[in-house]
Amino acid sequence: MSKFSDLGTALHSGEKSFNIVGQSKIWYAISAVVLVVSAVLPFTLHNGFNFGIEFRGGSEFTITGGATKGADLARTAVAADLPNVEVSVSTVGTDSVLVQTPQLSDTKSELVRKDLASAYGVDSSAVSSSFIGASWGSDVTGKAINGLLWFLGLAAILMALYFRTIKMSIAAMAALLHDLLITAGIYGSFGFEVTPAAVIGFLTILGYSLYDTVVVFDKVRETTFEVEHSTTATFAERVNLAVNQTLVRSINTTIVAVLPVASILFIGAYIFGAGTLRDISLALFIGMLVGTYSTNFIAAPFYAQLRSGESKYRKAAEKVAASR
Amino acid sequence: MAEVSSSKRARKRLVWLVVVFAGISAIIGGAIFTKTAGATFVPQLALDLQGGTQIILKPNVNGGTTVSTQQLNQAVDIIRQRVDSTGVSEAQITTQGEGADAAIVVSIPGKPSESTLALIKASAKLEFRPVLVTGLGKTALVTPAKTKANPNPTPTLPPSTPIRTSDAAPKDNSDLNWVTADIQKAYETLDCSTQFRTPGQVDDPTKPIITCDRNLSQKFILGPVELDGTQISKATSTAVTTSTGASTGSYAVDLTFNDAGKSIFATVTKRLYPLTAPRNQFAVTIDGYVITAPAIQAVISAGTAQITGGFTADSANALANQLKFGSLPIGFQVQSQENISATLGTEQLKSGLLAGLIGLVLVLIYSLFQYRALASITIGSLIVAGGLTYLSIALLSWRMDYRLSLAGVAGLIVAIGITADSFIVYFERVRDELRDGRPLSVAVSAGWRRAWRTILVSDMISLLAAGTLYLLTVGNVRGFAFTLGLTTIIDLVVVTLFTVPAVTLLANLKFFASGHTWSGFSVSTASASGYRGRGSFREVDSSIAKNRKSSAEAEKRQTIAERKAAAQNQDGAN
Repeated sequence: MSKFSDLGTALHSGEKSFNIVGQSKIWYAISAVVLVVSAVLPFTLHNGFNFGIEFRGGSEFTITGGATKGADLARTAVAADLPNVEVSVSTVGTDSVLVQTPQLSDTKSELVRKDLASAYGVDSSAVSSSFIGASWGSDVTGKAINGLLWFLGLAAILMALYFRTIKMSIAAMAALLHDLLITAGIYGSFGFEVTPAAVIGFLTILGYSLYDTVVVFDKVRETTFEVEHSTTATFAERVNLAVNQTLVRSINTTIVAVLPVASILFIGAYIFGAGTLRDISLALFIGMLVGTYSTNFIAAPFYAQLRSGESKYRKAAEKVAASR
Repeated sequence: MAEVSSSKRARKRLVWLVVVFAGISAIIGGAIFTKTAGATFVPQLALDLQGGTQIILKPNVNGGTTVSTQQLNQAVDIIRQRVDSTGVSEAQITTQGEGADAAIVVSIPGKPSESTLALIKASAKLEFRPVLVTGLGKTALVTPAKTKANPNPTPTLPPSTPIRTSDAAPKDNSDLNWVTADIQKAYETLDCSTQFRTPGQVDDPTKPIITCDRNLSQKFILGPVELDGTQISKATSTAVTTSTGASTGSYAVDLTFNDAGKSIFATVTKRLYPLTAPRNQFAVTIDGYVITAPAIQAVISAGTAQITGGFTADSANALANQLKFGSLPIGFQVQSQENISATLGTEQLKSGLLAGLIGLVLVLIYSLFQYRALASITIGSLIVAGGLTYLSIALLSWRMDYRLSLAGVAGLIVAIGITADSFIVYFERVRDELRDGRPLSVAVSAGWRRAWRTILVSDMISLLAAGTLYLLTVGNVRGFAFTLGLTTIIDLVVVTLFTVPAVTLLANLKFFASGHTWSGFSVSTASASGYRGRGSFREVDSSIAKNRKSSAEAEKRQTIAERKAAAQNQDGAN
């Protein structure tokens, strides 16, 4: 059998154990540094977050009589004027081409208009430009945030009921916040545009991170069951045991979940050039790695810390220390 | 014996899986066979991948006034709700231009159905006006008696008496003095079956109007506007029940006004209630057409009203939707309706899918490395999940107008991870049981009991996310929630109806039961073997220690190393 399975056996039996919960200060320190870096980097490198046309609105050009020549002409023409800008091109009806860009200054806009006209060989009066509003406006964002808050509240209640302790909810939510901040920060550091696809990616991370935490916490629930009667192990040690026992599962799941995402990110987006998949797969890639890390290294130690102070566990821990 | 019954159960579950597959296929196949519109085995794609229809709506404004940005955004919000109410197609709705050039652009994937288009174009302005005069859609003509001078008299309108009582200015909106001689004449000559309104016509809210109902069977003279749709906060349809709670089979529409609407509605009902019919009725108009004209049966000051009378479940629901979503702050007119191409194109979808496929192959290689022969279950589960997802999406494309966008495709690829996690959790639990020294057939069912709790609670969290976001959000986020919910349910179905029975059946095979190195179930139990010598422990183990004291349960949950240490201590003491 593979070494990995042997490792699983050793971790399960408790013969081999990584002291993850006991060294919580190291993980907290690492997370704190990463949090600060990811909060600062997007602003030092890229002037903050770069929201896409769907959030901020932008400029729209309509080329009348250009549809027969295809949409690619417009892509190359605009790319020359506006490097590194995501442009959406589509054909409308039987003869117009629609080009949408982030909001442009008047001079830039005029330049794009002229270039589009010459690319399509039409008179510049056949290219009209206008302002287009945000399709993902404040009402969509507002409702999304509202929905999110309701979800987090309900999830916290559901977890508290299932695990019979509010402290698991608190620890899970802390880890969730940690994941979202770091994922958003690292995403922003790459300077990618924040698109609706990226936001969907963040939401997916939110669900994934909580899901991952619940799986590990369910094991914690088992290993810490009636640990106050144990004379051999403290509460924190049992939490650590749960983390160790699920470590093989965590690694396997993460690899299986990340492989397709990584494949889209590195093979799909960079080799085949599927530009719009880049944003969502980057958000997912970072988020999944951070999510797994936070479950084991933040949520579990934090939970152990929250409960170890309870008098019944403190007394039990004293007994354990005395018998050693 | 236990093995026989467990494999019987496993087979039964597999039969259920086949039933689920066959059921969905039969529903779609049957609908295609009977040529039901929209039924398809090919999932529909969203705007970014397939293109669709672009509709540009221009606001109608009364006189030289322009539309404010706020009004425009409010209209976008309402149109989005209307579009979302027809399914989860992720339409894109934006504003374009400013001031006099302002317009709303609605892009809908594929070819939207007539009813969806009608819903968007019903750029309706909803108004409440008091009824002053009403009658049949066309005033019956009377033929005067034949005379010598006129042997073939043409039918004419019957002689009428002035409705107006005096020339004084009207006191309130219900005053019959609004009906001037001109208005009365226009009303009497009106034939509802002719085109009597121009599309997009804007009425002055301070003046009376002459109009017909939607069926064109009745005509009305209505007083000035009392309330408009923006003052309705809620409209729902309900089944009317008797005082004992039994259903009467008829339906009603419940209306709730906001604070401003509440006080106005109280004043209006106070005025209308004592009046004689038809002046005790108020008419609700959309785009100038009367959609309902109920009579006031009480003075209503609580801000909630119920409209009853002759509704079916469908018509009550339709009216509630019109009242709820009909409240656009301004009227709109369709300026253009054209096809729009996909912004991404199939190239990107193809490269995305290809990359996803490569990822999947990597997953298979990894699980082969990790789980050896068990990887066949991994592959099988993913194939079953993939097939089920495909069929469900095809079904939902037809039933709920679900459309797959690029983000949706990415969501499905993430779902691979969540589906795979269910059986990874399960496999690891089975291995844990094996490590505790149980034979494979016991480990498979005991492992499942524990894994099931974990899988269930973690999937409940995902379902909770999906449900909450689906109910409370709009647009893309709603589409995401739908995908998340769908894949989570499929995960539960696949793990219970495929993974578990398949593992149970495989566990009976000698190759697996013997713990062959390549079976994926060979666990080095060496570390636990010394412990297995204690027969009593195994007994406790397999009965899950139901009757044991809690301390025994705690002992059972000690790690094997701890137990060994404890056993050694005991030995030392002895």
